Amino acid sequence: MTASSRLITESDVDELALGAAVLGTGGGGDPHVGSLIAKRLIRLHGPVRMIGLDALDDDDFVVPIGGIGAPSVDIERIMSEGEFAHALAAIERGAGQTPTAVMPIEVGGGNSMIPLAAAAICRLPLVDADAMGRAFPEAQMVTFHLAGYGPGTTVLVDHHGNEVISRPRDGAWSERLARAVTVEMGGAATMIDYAYSGAIVKECAIPGTLTKAAEIGRILLGRGSASLRDDERIAALCDELGAVRLFDGKVSELQRKFEGGFTKGSAELEGIGSYRGSGFRLDFQNEMLLARRDGLLAAVTPDLIAVLDISTGHPITTESLRYGARVTVIGMPCNEKWRTPCGIENAGPAHFGYDVMWTPVEEIAAARRSVA
Amino acid sequence: MGFRIGIDVGGTNTDAVILDDQLRVIASVKSPTTPQSGEGVAAAIDAVLEASGVSGELITHAMLGTTHCTNAIVERRGLGRVGVLRLGAPATSAVPPLEGWPADLRAAIDEHAYVVPGGFEVDGRELSALDEGAVIESCERMRGKVEAVAVVGVFSPINEGHEERVAEIVTERLGVPVSRSARVGSLGLLERENATILNAALMRTLRSMADGFVGALSARGIRAEPYFGQNDGTLMQLDYALEYPVLTIGCGPTNSIRGAAHLSGATDALVVDIGGTTTDIGVLVAGFPRESSHAAEIGGIRTNFRMPDVLSVGLGGGTIVRSSAGSVVLGPDSVGYRITGEGLAFGGSTLTATDVAMTVGGATIDGITAPVIDEQIGKAVWSQISAALEEAIDRMKPNSAPIDVILVGGGSIIAPNGLAGVARLIRPEHFGAANAVGAALGDIAGQVEKVYLVDGDRSHSVADASAEAIARARRAGADPDTIEITALEELPVAYMDGNAVLIRARAIGHLA
Repeated sequence: MTASSRLITESDVDELALGAAVLGTGGGGDPHVGSLIAKRLIRLHGPVRMIGLDALDDDDFVVPIGGIGAPSVDIERIMSEGEFAHALAAIERGAGQTPTAVMPIEVGGGNSMIPLAAAAICRLPLVDADAMGRAFPEAQMVTFHLAGYGPGTTVLVDHHGNEVISRPRDGAWSERLARAVTVEMGGAATMIDYAYSGAIVKECAIPGTLTKAAEIGRILLGRGSASLRDDERIAALCDELGAVRLFDGKVSELQRKFEGGFTKGSAELEGIGSYRGSGFRLDFQNEMLLARRDGLLAAVTPDLIAVLDISTGHPITTESLRYGARVTVIGMPCNEKWRTPCGIENAGPAHFGYDVMWTPVEEIAAARRSVA
Repeated sequence: MGFRIGIDVGGTNTDAVILDDQLRVIASVKSPTTPQSGEGVAAAIDAVLEASGVSGELITHAMLGTTHCTNAIVERRGLGRVGVLRLGAPATSAVPPLEGWPADLRAAIDEHAYVVPGGFEVDGRELSALDEGAVIESCERMRGKVEAVAVVGVFSPINEGHEERVAEIVTERLGVPVSRSARVGSLGLLERENATILNAALMRTLRSMADGFVGALSARGIRAEPYFGQNDGTLMQLDYALEYPVLTIGCGPTNSIRGAAHLSGATDALVVDIGGTTTDIGVLVAGFPRESSHAAEIGGIRTNFRMPDVLSVGLGGGTIVRSSAGSVVLGPDSVGYRITGEGLAFGGSTLTATDVAMTVGGATIDGITAPVIDEQIGKAVWSQISAALEEAIDRMKPNSAPIDVILVGGGSIIAPNGLAGVARLIRPEHFGAANAVGAALGDIAGQVEKVYLVDGDRSHSVADASAEAIARARRAGADPDTIEITALEELPVAYMDGNAVLIRARAIGHLA
């Protein structure tokens, strides 16, 4: 078997970032700043080699690196360039192993870009995989946790050069400790957790998610073979992702507040085009988590719910959603690793306090079609 | 009795109108825009004074809406060289100033950017102590090389202290105008920084336009107070505009929407502005244009300005009609301003949307006879025009109820009556000069976006933001007795345990 590998150049970054924003399902932070960092570091240090899970050796030491904290801090107090190398040096000291590759912990949103930038500046390969296949708000919502692995040696560094190396007991403790440290670091920091051997990463990670993000971006930017008209893009996207078009509508009501560290709220849509006469409701906690059409379940976490601009197909975050916006909502099946009792327990509707039963998005759509 | 004069300097035409004190249109004229914009403005003033019979001494207010600054950015000409001082080291080094800017625009403003210690954290702590020595050293390196300086502090919307101090130092050392980011934009360092740099680069650009305008007024004995239109449909006094020239970008579509509202008397409607090449549809909500939810890009640079939400479709009076094998294709290309030479009705050989409107739709143009065209093709095109406008109108409607539509622009004769989804189709008088009318209206606004650290009770913060918005409206030239807070928005700043809140306040008053 030949191991897969390709080079990511500066001109590849925009499509990757756009696709990552779609997989961010409204949260995960805007990849814009991260994409500027990645493009600059690739320009300065050369293209990044992206390798598939199959190219990992069992004794590789794979380091997931990303940002933790408030997206609103990330876009204002932008990180220091030194944080990448500092974080990798800290994990090497803390874990006693030299990193041989980096990977995203979550492909959705801004955290797709940080490992790309780190790979460029530290000249390490980037693994085409992640531990969510989307974005989630809590650090333990990762496939490593589902497989029974703890966070391991955990690193937090900031722009001042502070480093905190810890060994939390489990994912929940890691989340609590990291939050507390991050607040003192000014609301955002660079984090490494779940750094494991190639063997464990091959067992746990969701393969091919960066490639998937890039393909989404190519479709939405109309690049390559996918030079599509505006109105064809969302349909092509659904084909590519095996996604379901759930609704076209206009935001008619919007409630958003900040609670317990999250942007929580809901949006009501009024159907337009062939959806006229129907209503739709989206509930979110950083990410879009629950979608109901005329009161009936349309999609729910851990399946992905993305809100797209109806004409361009570009994703709209929960923070930038506005009254009157014309949007298309799509639902995508999550990775199989989340569709287990353990996955549903950790990231399903009950975990977020929604009183609905998880049902696969494609099953709901099929049932609706057979009725209609 | 006083009159006001409104002028809209577009890329091709300069429109001018005179309104009386009841804001009724007395006269409107159109003349070509000149490369030396002062001459075109002067010619437009002369023409509209003559058409109206109003004497120059009776003009009390003069308003100029211009795409001059927008064009300067898009065409990269006439921009000042700008020094950038970012206060944020050791943070922010991963994205230096001007990152992502097109190379030709970087070259146009020259590159003198420095990142020095300073700025604040989200919770109000100093990120780093301000290093005045580093600021002075940067100033010395910029000496003689810049015409304005942009000062951009991390989290300056929370605390302006460092920016204020650095502005003092720059003024003292270099004596050039300073543009401070907290006064130009909101949270989002790069977008705010970009807008602040553009603002600094445009200070000279708008100055030359303003000098031409003021010179043309005084040469005609017009002692009116000059105002500039800004992107939200309100006006700024001259001095304020010279300090914040970047606020003039985007005033073109805004003026068109506001002007259409005034000419028709509607406050909630769609404004369909049909030109020679495109149709621009904006949404009028309570008398003001609805703002777009997207980050505004200007000349390839991302900023966080609020721009009017406008849908542009490729349909205009000059749109070319092609037919083959029984099917017709409408555009998207257009003969544009060449219609008077190339359109069939004008003796040319190209079939355009205007020709179809004249033969099938009963549209008339003074002194021009409807051409003879194939009836079937004509009918097919006419129904395509209807369908294209209906679809675009439907996309912009705030809800499914039929909506009033105001038609303006020189190409608006191609719009059929009886469009689906339209309650009333309004074709106001002076429809060709809606832009200039919009410029001449104008209340004065003051807007503030600021982050406050609060424990529970936000009333002090809301009061502070409101007072600041009112003060800014007064500085921009509003009559203090008429200023009211018209919008107040509170947005939580995520992840900081609910103690940081972004408050956006907007105050509007009538012309003083």
